[in-house]
Amino acid sequence: MTLMRLEARDLAIGYPGHLVGRDIALALEPGEILCLLGPNGAGKTTLFRTLLGLQPPLGGAVLIDGMPLADLARAEIARRLAYVPQAHLTEFSYSVLDVVLMGRTARLRAFASPGAADERVALAKLAMLGIRELASHDYTRISGGQRQLALIARALAQEAPILVLDEPTASLDFGNQALVLARIRALATEGFGIVLSTHDPDHALMVGTRVAVIADGGLRAVGPPAEVVTPAMLSAIYRTAVLVEQTPSGHRVCVPAWEKAGAS
Amino acid sequence: MRRGVFWLLLILLVAALALALAVGPYPLRLADVTHTVMRALGLEAGLSTPGEIAFGRVRLPRVVAGLVVGAALSGAGAAYQTLFRNPLVSPDILGVATGAGLGAVVGILLSLPVAGIQVLAFAGGLATVAVVYLIAAALRGHDRTLVLVLGGVVVGALAGACISLVKIMADPYDQLPAITFWLLGSLAAVKMSDLAVAAPLVVAGLVPLVLYRWRVGVLSLGDDEARALGVDVGRLRGLVIAAATLMTASVVAIAGVVGWIGLMIPHIARMLIGPNFARLLPASMLLGAAFMLVVDTAARSMARVETPLGILTAVLGAPFFLWLLARGKKTWG
Repeated sequence: MTLMRLEARDLAIGYPGHLVGRDIALALEPGEILCLLGPNGAGKTTLFRTLLGLQPPLGGAVLIDGMPLADLARAEIARRLAYVPQAHLTEFSYSVLDVVLMGRTARLRAFASPGAADERVALAKLAMLGIRELASHDYTRISGGQRQLALIARALAQEAPILVLDEPTASLDFGNQALVLARIRALATEGFGIVLSTHDPDHALMVGTRVAVIADGGLRAVGPPAEVVTPAMLSAIYRTAVLVEQTPSGHRVCVPAWEKAGAS
Repeated sequence: MRRGVFWLLLILLVAALALALAVGPYPLRLADVTHTVMRALGLEAGLSTPGEIAFGRVRLPRVVAGLVVGAALSGAGAAYQTLFRNPLVSPDILGVATGAGLGAVVGILLSLPVAGIQVLAFAGGLATVAVVYLIAAALRGHDRTLVLVLGGVVVGALAGACISLVKIMADPYDQLPAITFWLLGSLAAVKMSDLAVAAPLVVAGLVPLVLYRWRVGVLSLGDDEARALGVDVGRLRGLVIAAATLMTASVVAIAGVVGWIGLMIPHIARMLIGPNFARLLPASMLLGAAFMLVVDTAARSMARVETPLGILTAVLGAPFFLWLLARGKKTWG
């Protein structure tokens, strides 16, 4: 895998006639996990779609290894940048293997279908995520956590060095959240550059090597988790008092600063 | 197992073919068939027997038409359902059938020859879809799929109103029955010369679907995901719509509006072989051809008078549609 660098330069995002955010500058090096935090409606989705080249920037550019996305064909983007959407149901009952094989599309010639070699890649990626035995299962009938892992396997089958994950832990139970986060961290140590959005600042503290905060029409802060995920920052963007505390085991966690019941 | 399903479908088709060739108002003998084949090979001369004429001029074109119409409508239906990520859409979702119907009834009103009616039907079908596509292109910023489908409903309703107008203007003794019969679909009037035009157009529509079979399946994940996976969604969607529309319009032009097949058959095929488009397309076409042959055989033998195909397919299709709705699954077979 060739390692690649993702960069957003003076990015303005939004729709024609409606600016969502501006002056966004981000850079993602191989092996980094950039966590995107922000309140609902702050423009995380718009930023994601722009980073993926699914909607054009209103200004500035998204670059992969210095090359603007706008200059690349769809398949060329897909070989560099893989998208992991939130675990969803497909309309049709594809098998898990079918879903993962779709990740091979950008590696195939226009008229080709995936062959035995592609199938081996897909199965290897499923094995890597520990769900090899689900290959022939109906994608619509496995659990949400397994679906999320299958979508990550699909992105890996794409063999792109940069992964963009949209709230990979949303709607997962606690165990599956921990599982998915652990896999994401393992991928970063292999050299993947990873961008993920999350509603849970704890997750940014757990896996993020850097955290970016999107609020009020722009990038409010970028930096190491310890510097960005602070009570002041969280209280400001989520408009509720938040404490960041150290647990006895050394983890940092975020909690809403309610007065303890019965304390008064 | 998948290979087994294909063999089963093939056997089904051959059985349907034999049934369709053997059953009809005129009782044919096997000798009529062999004589016709010999004559075509130049091994036999002399006067044709009535049986040979019935076979060569009536039964054979009709059976071939059944094959082509059933396969084309089902193949187009499979493409539309995959593209629009919805098993409840059919080949006429974008107004192809209604547009073609309008073209044909105008042709009947103008007392054009059969070929003229077919050309108008074909043009009407393509023009309707072109209008729908232009509407969707003009309304940027909305959900493309939704705009296409709703555009199809609106333009189809408009074309339906125009058809009603033509019906009022038509001669009630001569033209109106012809219009009604055409709108319900029939293979009775299809000649070999019609097929010689329609079949190549069906094949022309089929070629891109076969070539892009894998990518068409990827489109079923939705626009954003398909694009992120490296598919040029806008171009491919345009191509698939054009190809499936060409297939539909070509057969509607020769056989009239045969509803429901393009909705039912791909769904049954999906239950048999799975949703993967590369397999769904051939399975749908085999099953659709067999189904059409059986229904058409029933249409010409059930009663003394020919029953329009659209009535039979609706009797089967409407309950099927309700059953699909009642299953209430979040996803589809």
